Amino acid sequence: MEQHTKLSKQEIKQKVDELLNNYLEMDLLRFTTAGSVDDGKSTMIGRLLYDTKAIFQDQLDAVERASIRRGEEQINLALITDGLKAEREQGITIDVAYRYFHTPKRKFIIADTPGHVQYTRNMVTGASTANLAIILIDARNGVVEQTLRHSYIASLLQIKHIIVTVNKMDLVNYDQQVYEKIKKDYENISQKLEVPDIRFIPISALKGDNVVEKSQNMPWYDGPTLLWLLENINITSDLNLKDPRFPVQYVVRPMNDEWHDYRGYAGRLASGVFHVGDEVMILPSGLTTKITSIHLSDRQLDYAFAPQSVTMTVADDIDISRGNMIVPVDNLPQQSNEVEMKICWFNQRPLQTKGRYILRHTTTEMLAMITDIIYKLDINTLEKNFEDKQIKMNDIARIKVRTAQPLFFDPYRVNRQTGAVILIDESTNETVAAGMIE
Amino acid sequence: MAEKIDNLENLGQHRLNHLRELEAEAIFVIRETAAQFDNPALLFSGGKDSIVLFHLARKAFYPGRVPFPLLHIDTGHNFQETLEFRDYLVDKYGVKLLVGYVEDTIKEGKAKEDTGYYGTRNAIQSITLLDMIEKYKIDAALGGARRDEEKARAKERFFSHRDIFGQWDPKNQRPELWNLFNGRKHLGEHFRVFPLSNWTELDVWLYIYLEQIELPSLYFTHRRKVFNRDGVWLAWAPFMRLKPDEKVEERDVRCRTIGDIPTTGLTLSMASTVEEIVYEVATTNTTERGMRFDDKVSETSMEDRKREGYF
Ligand SMILES: Nc1nc2c(ncn2[C@@H]2O[C@H](COP(=O)(O)OP(=O)(O)OP(=O)(O)O)[C@@H](O)[C@H]2O)c(=O)[nH]1
Ligand SMILES: [Mg+2]
Repeated sequence: MEQHTKLSKQEIKQKVDELLNNYLEMDLLRFTTAGSVDDGKSTMIGRLLYDTKAIFQDQLDAVERASIRRGEEQINLALITDGLKAEREQGITIDVAYRYFHTPKRKFIIADTPGHVQYTRNMVTGASTANLAIILIDARNGVVEQTLRHSYIASLLQIKHIIVTVNKMDLVNYDQQVYEKIKKDYENISQKLEVPDIRFIPISALKGDNVVEKSQNMPWYDGPTLLWLLENINITSDLNLKDPRFPVQYVVRPMNDEWHDYRGYAGRLASGVFHVGDEVMILPSGLTTKITSIHLSDRQLDYAFAPQSVTMTVADDIDISRGNMIVPVDNLPQQSNEVEMKICWFNQRPLQTKGRYILRHTTTEMLAMITDIIYKLDINTLEKNFEDKQIKMNDIARIKVRTAQPLFFDPYRVNRQTGAVILIDESTNETVAAGMIE
Repeated sequence: MAEKIDNLENLGQHRLNHLRELEAEAIFVIRETAAQFDNPALLFSGGKDSIVLFHLARKAFYPGRVPFPLLHIDTGHNFQETLEFRDYLVDKYGVKLLVGYVEDTIKEGKAKEDTGYYGTRNAIQSITLLDMIEKYKIDAALGGARRDEEKARAKERFFSHRDIFGQWDPKNQRPELWNLFNGRKHLGEHFRVFPLSNWTELDVWLYIYLEQIELPSLYFTHRRKVFNRDGVWLAWAPFMRLKPDEKVEERDVRCRTIGDIPTTGLTLSMASTVEEIVYEVATTNTTERGMRFDDKVSETSMEDRKREGYF
């Protein structure tokens, strides 16, 4: 039992340094699952983790015990992510579960999201930070409304890579015709999406075909497995490194003898690179100054880049506070009191035209009014509906918003950080919508 | 070593390695908490996660001080080493410490202690914690919990809302988009904030190694009086009731996670340095919580406790 390590201290140190180096060189892929209820998302994630041996023994034992208690014959892989009592009772996913694993090639953060339309807001939560989405389709049902809704949301969020997995191939005799038809249907609708990279894989999450192991049942498919794609797909960083934007989060004033006059502006670079010496403008005041230092804790940096969290000082004694944005004088964001955005509505209470909401954007908050609904998206056809102005829970729409103060932004398409907003209901404090500025 | 890694930070084209990315994310969340709330506190257990959290908080506000106190819930059954280390940190960095005593909660008659073999003060901690939150008007409690620890924690938001009874409603969480955290609340409600949400156990240990963070001696091998209960090694202490067939013996052990004495399973280990611990963690096939007695009560014991206001 006793774990006497066989290696010498020197050997262990060497191994750990090696591990650290390899580990730090791996890149990070954040992906989300999507698709309709029961299409097999959680089962597929369970299969992926199980077949890559990424589940610890005690967790596996617990899932096995839970499966037996439920009277199931084999281990229910969906229980690896469906961890809430209510989820296990109903056999559905209610809220996003995050899982972490790595292979020698990459480190992964998985967001397994619910397919049920009632929990679309949780799907958007999981997808909002993803680089890639796996969209599942039940081979028996083909493309359904939720497939379209989730695909459209992924596209709205500017997720650049989609892997469509046609699942439950075991239930359609691994029939190539079924797969090809669904692939074609999806390719048709994908013309209305803004996703540059879409791939297709026929799988059985339950049996394990083409998830980690190549399927013996579908010799007609000669493409890669899901894991291979996840490990090898080329993820160009979603971060914008061209347009430097620094939303001020917190003002650091030590007020002790050593740092008597120090005023540091703490925040996380939303995008771009800042150097010491850069000429910058403070928004909204419009005053200009120069960056005199950049600190990451006690380390002095010559420059900082997104998404680093740093603290800056500037040359002139000007009023800068939370919610202000520091930008280079020669690369300014757009400024307006009235913006158009696409939104995804999350709340039971429908959108109120002319209603007041709190709008949160980077580190600032302001009052906002929805002045107009331009169109609502018809999910079934992905066509714009200019007549229907009733925006209810789970609807996607394009709206016009007037803000109490000017908004300094970049279009979401160009900059995910400075183009994103949320709307909050003043009376309930609930987050009622996600918005992407046009 | 440290220099070698720091060169790697910038992977050629302005890319952060993922430990530095996690660090930047945690610092962002900690600052956001300080900015959005009037009266935050950092839940400090003396375990590695809360130590890393405090380390990150110091980084976040450098060269200023951490602008909130540490809050420790003392079950009265703590390892002496944990308390000593806590006081050492508080003293070294001049931060304010608030302590809530489970003993007081029991004395006030707000909870009844289960003194059976499997009785722990674990669940009572939630009551003490909520009392402290009310007493000090704390509106955001920063915790070191990670999503990879446990299946209910895997569902947590960074900013996790608690109603006026301190309860978590996992079926009805607020959406959390991008990094736009909504910390708005009504009077009497509060938030739990988890800056280390996306860290794994290995990330935490590698970060401790990279940053050379000081830890309590409990994490390293030491000889201790222990006994085996249902396959788990527990530390012996005068208040631990032994079953007839359990016998106290001396073993070389260390903690992989630190709770109080009755809940903390010990690992038989000779690891005496952080490198050796990293090596152990990287080669093991069980999770750290697999050795916690508090999680073994039922399939959903963590979720049940969390609903009631647990960390
Ligand atoms: N035969 C077969 N059944 C499958 C396959 N994948 C999933 N299932 C079954 O389909 C049902 C739903 O699977 P889940 O993984 O819970 O589906 P989900 O997409 O996560 O559902 P929600 O999260 O609630 O939207 C379960 O009974 C699975 O066992 C498959 O490849 N073949
Ligand atoms: Mg699911």
